[in-house]
Amino acid sequence: MDKVILAQNLTLSYNTQESIINDANLSINSGSFVFITGASGSGKSTLLKAFFGALQPRSGSLIVGGVEMKDIPSKKLNFLRRHLGIVFQDYKLVKEWTIEKNVMLPLIISGYTKEVSETQVDKLLQHVRMTHQSGKYPPELSGGEQQRIAMARALAHNPIMILADEPTGNLDDYSANLIWRLLEGANTQLKTTVVVVTHHIPEEITTDYKHYHIEAGSIYEVV
Amino acid sequence: MKSFKNHLSLITALFTILFTIQIFIIVERAIASYEQNLSQQYSIIVIANSTLQNSRFIEAHPFIERSETITVDDVLERLTRDMKQKNVDLLKLSLPKFYRIYLKSYPSPRDIDSVGNALKKIPSVSKIESFAQSHDTLYNLLLLFKNVVSVFALTILAVTTLLIIKEMRLWQFQHSERMNIMALFGAPVWLRSAVLFRLSIVDAIIASGLINAAFSAIEHQRWIHEQLGALSITLTLFDPIRDGLMLFGIAMGISIVLASMIIMGHKEEV
Repeated sequence: MDKVILAQNLTLSYNTQESIINDANLSINSGSFVFITGASGSGKSTLLKAFFGALQPRSGSLIVGGVEMKDIPSKKLNFLRRHLGIVFQDYKLVKEWTIEKNVMLPLIISGYTKEVSETQVDKLLQHVRMTHQSGKYPPELSGGEQQRIAMARALAHNPIMILADEPTGNLDDYSANLIWRLLEGANTQLKTTVVVVTHHIPEEITTDYKHYHIEAGSIYEVV
Repeated sequence: MKSFKNHLSLITALFTILFTIQIFIIVERAIASYEQNLSQQYSIIVIANSTLQNSRFIEAHPFIERSETITVDDVLERLTRDMKQKNVDLLKLSLPKFYRIYLKSYPSPRDIDSVGNALKKIPSVSKIESFAQSHDTLYNLLLLFKNVVSVFALTILAVTTLLIIKEMRLWQFQHSERMNIMALFGAPVWLRSAVLFRLSIVDAIIASGLINAAFSAIEHQRWIHEQLGALSITLTLFDPIRDGLMLFGIAMGISIVLASMIIMGHKEEV
């Protein structure tokens, strides 16, 4: 099976500070559902940042989607990111854009035509049950609704992998359950690789998954 | 409303800069026109023992435009009414020659000294009258006016530059979130900055349009031309083609530099 992420002796740190992830090894297969857990400040989000190129490895190797992330040129990084869907705890929606335009963002970046983009956005808004809110702006929506929009945006361009950082951290049970269903659906129906960073693995997850745990800068696979 | 306010602050800053520049240009033109008038009115009187050709004066100093012979016939006629023609002719021969020297532009006191020294070197020249005292007073007045206008323009430019820098920081803050999000989805730099460039270009166009309208209205104010006319100054306050294009270019330049600085100063934060 293809490896969509392969980390070998990976060390991550911010500037010259001491390393947060130390000499770690990890591999994620294409089409798998992966949880990365750990206590607050253990380096879960730091690892995820390295996966989408917001943080460069200090040493070791990190290959994402076949691309070496160490010293990756910005053009290559942009190209890689166009094949990733990222979901954050704080949603990261553009506040001055409508819901429709927010979902359309990855499609605009990938160069889809307006007609194709509009059709795709309609489908996705229907999928996340947000069609009736398409003309609204993010601050007009609840947290759960904003996260559903973020999910729709992450799925818009059929990414090879969804990276989610505490996607349900700010949500009530109903909204959280909906987000898990969407992530599972992307994995089972679209065969998209899903990597979720979270404190706890939710009980409602029914899909087979792989579990990594971070502790004291090391990554362990939990079997 | 918030977006309109953002536009308004940059448009106001750009408008102020363009207005100051155009006012400075008008004052420069007015002073140049006034100097031209003064240079046409100003002349140096030269008294020579023998006849001198126009070319002899022009050769003496590059500042000299032309010379004019001052005829003494009228004065002599009044003074020599009872004299015999033979004596009058003799008197005429013994009289020195008077010349009026015109300069190419309004001279500084140093220019006058330089021209005076050059004229003194012509062997037959016996006396030069440059009316230095009254010239110096007028010249210093013009210089003072020029300096006051320059200081005023520089002050306004400094204040508006500070305004623009403040605006830039505000924009940096406002646009960085959107630029970060776009970067997360792999948007190239040009696409991330497109909104910023569009905003700044639109603001530059609006500011240039407003400045064009304002100065076109000023250009058609008769009382301004009448006041300038009273000082024998005739000038174009605003040329929509030459000045309009120049101000548009300046506004675009400032806006593009502003947007580029924001983009260069942007750091991806997640």
